[in-house]
Amino acid sequence: MSEKITHEESHGFNRDVINYIQNASAHGLYEIRGLGAKRALPSFDDLLFLAGSASRYPLEGYREKCVTKTVLGTRFAKNPIVLDMPITIAGMSFGSLSANVKEALGLAATELGTTTTTGDGGMTQEERQSSKTLVYQCLPSRYGFNPDDLRKANAIEVVIGQGAKPGGGGMLLGQKINPRVAGMRTLPEGIDQRSACRHPDWTGPDDLVIKINELREMTDWQVPIYVKIGATRVYNDVKLAVHAGADVVVVDGMQGGTAATQTVFIEHVGIPTLAAVRQAVEALEDLNMKDKVQLVVSGGIRTGADVAKALAMGADAVAIGQGVLFALGCNNETYFQNGEHHSALADYKKLGTAPGFCHHCHTGKCPVGVTTQDPILEQRLNPEVAAKHVRNYFKTLNMELTTIARACGKSNVHHLEREDLVALTIEAAAMAKLPLAGTNWIPGVPL
Amino acid sequence: MDLSKVSVRELNQYLHHDLAKAGVKHVNITNPDGAHNIAVGLDADVSVDIQGHAGYYAAGMNKTANVTIHGNAGTGVAENMMSGTVRVKGFASASAGATGHGGTLIIEGDASLRCGISMKGIDIVVGGDVGSYSAFMAQAGNMVVCGNAGDALGDSLYEAVLYVRGEIRSLGADAEEQKMTEQDIKKVGDLLKKAGFDYNAKEFKRIASAKKLYHWNADAKQEY
Repeated sequence: MSEKITHEESHGFNRDVINYIQNASAHGLYEIRGLGAKRALPSFDDLLFLAGSASRYPLEGYREKCVTKTVLGTRFAKNPIVLDMPITIAGMSFGSLSANVKEALGLAATELGTTTTTGDGGMTQEERQSSKTLVYQCLPSRYGFNPDDLRKANAIEVVIGQGAKPGGGGMLLGQKINPRVAGMRTLPEGIDQRSACRHPDWTGPDDLVIKINELREMTDWQVPIYVKIGATRVYNDVKLAVHAGADVVVVDGMQGGTAATQTVFIEHVGIPTLAAVRQAVEALEDLNMKDKVQLVVSGGIRTGADVAKALAMGADAVAIGQGVLFALGCNNETYFQNGEHHSALADYKKLGTAPGFCHHCHTGKCPVGVTTQDPILEQRLNPEVAAKHVRNYFKTLNMELTTIARACGKSNVHHLEREDLVALTIEAAAMAKLPLAGTNWIPGVPL
Repeated sequence: MDLSKVSVRELNQYLHHDLAKAGVKHVNITNPDGAHNIAVGLDADVSVDIQGHAGYYAAGMNKTANVTIHGNAGTGVAENMMSGTVRVKGFASASAGATGHGGTLIIEGDASLRCGISMKGIDIVVGGDVGSYSAFMAQAGNMVVCGNAGDALGDSLYEAVLYVRGEIRSLGADAEEQKMTEQDIKKVGDLLKKAGFDYNAKEFKRIASAKKLYHWNADAKQEY
């Protein structure tokens, strides 16, 4: 009788779960990693556009005008932000990213007519010089935060939370705290640096009103104030941000990325961007503040289709972080240095990973020089070459966005609307409050 | 400047822009009546007297200027201060001197919760007591407390050093009492003198980080 090996894998205790338990039992530590949620979530992929046909009139895809101009911060600021496209670069810190990357993002954003954003750790000279329009974050840690840089900013973003870790602070591990990063953050070199999860000088929405006014007074009411929230109780949080005086609300869904956070946080806290954007828009509409306070949506935006769906759902613009990192070369097999491509495979292997799977931003040993402070590794990214890649990426997204908008008969991408969308799954239909494709059924809404 | 006749916006506009042009070296602010954001963002060699109580963030992000509040101060007085001096003649509410990078904050009365939270180089001298969670995640600078301290003093301290003359209800995670050195005594003496407080520097205890949480590790208990 021949022996037969069976391969019946447990659903509850599959190889990934067994691996997690065995790692936990070996080390007694939770995992910290970079990037965003890897689990399958309801997303913009679960929505489809209903383009023009007999009942709607499409525009010619390559020729007829389709406006992408976007204005943010029209509520109180004397100088709102005017963008050439509704696609911006999300806040990412110097510390998690190298100075070369921050410079590259500034160069790309300037060329594209959009904004880039500082992060935890303050504003670097490189990014200020390379960015025509720069958003300056006011984070709980206030690392590197100072009035001189505040006054150099074109907009200020008060960060309450981040989609990858709403309710949690950051962790920049010691290997990324080089002398410059340590100096900007007023911390010793090489320590594992924690970022606070709540602001030091205000505790609730009533205080936030006064804090926002302080920032306005500091900057003589010139620049817009954004408030960024990690997506959890979005409907109430957006309402409170509006009441607090925000010009722009940024809602970051749970697919948003991070430089280093506990995996349990990344995968189990927050709600998907798809659900968040609908709640945010409802909050603005219920306050009669839609189009008076602008909405920026982030968290897992990858393609022009994602941008178009976010806008159709009611966002005014999107912010992209992880997509930008991939455009810079994150998870590439090679890096480009001294005029030629070099293999990075051996360095991925040293980290115990491979291109396409790497999330080791937290180690500071990025094989392609994106998320590192290592003086040798950071040379693997040339700011001008990297800026070109980001520019190409955003241009592609913008072309895809206008292609869809024209197909839906819109001469302005901001005319995309919920009526242009249907949902592919019941979950997406319920979260987005859109009809299931081919039906008039919206779960939870009486027919 | 009479805040019963001009708005805080007009006052700050004057302080930010017109003051330097006019070569003014002293500004007297009357009838503050607890207004918020008085004299935020000063960046001039000027002395400012606020004749009464101030609301939130008075003298926030101050640079260079010397500001005296002749009354009590609301939440976040001198928050994120860079340089200069801010003196509160009365009591200070929560988060006094929060995230301050430099300069000196003197509070003649008590300071409430979270005094010196995330301080980054500022010197804070408090004539009375400080509330709980003071110097939470304090990164650099010195805090001298002539009275008592509440719960969880110096929780998750980095390099800031705290000196307390009175009782400490409890220390926070990773904060510990350390031996006062001659350097500490001199430093405390200098700060007391600057603040105008007549206490013996040798009476103070030194609280600083044990540095056991500087690196994330499996041996650190979750209930610190």
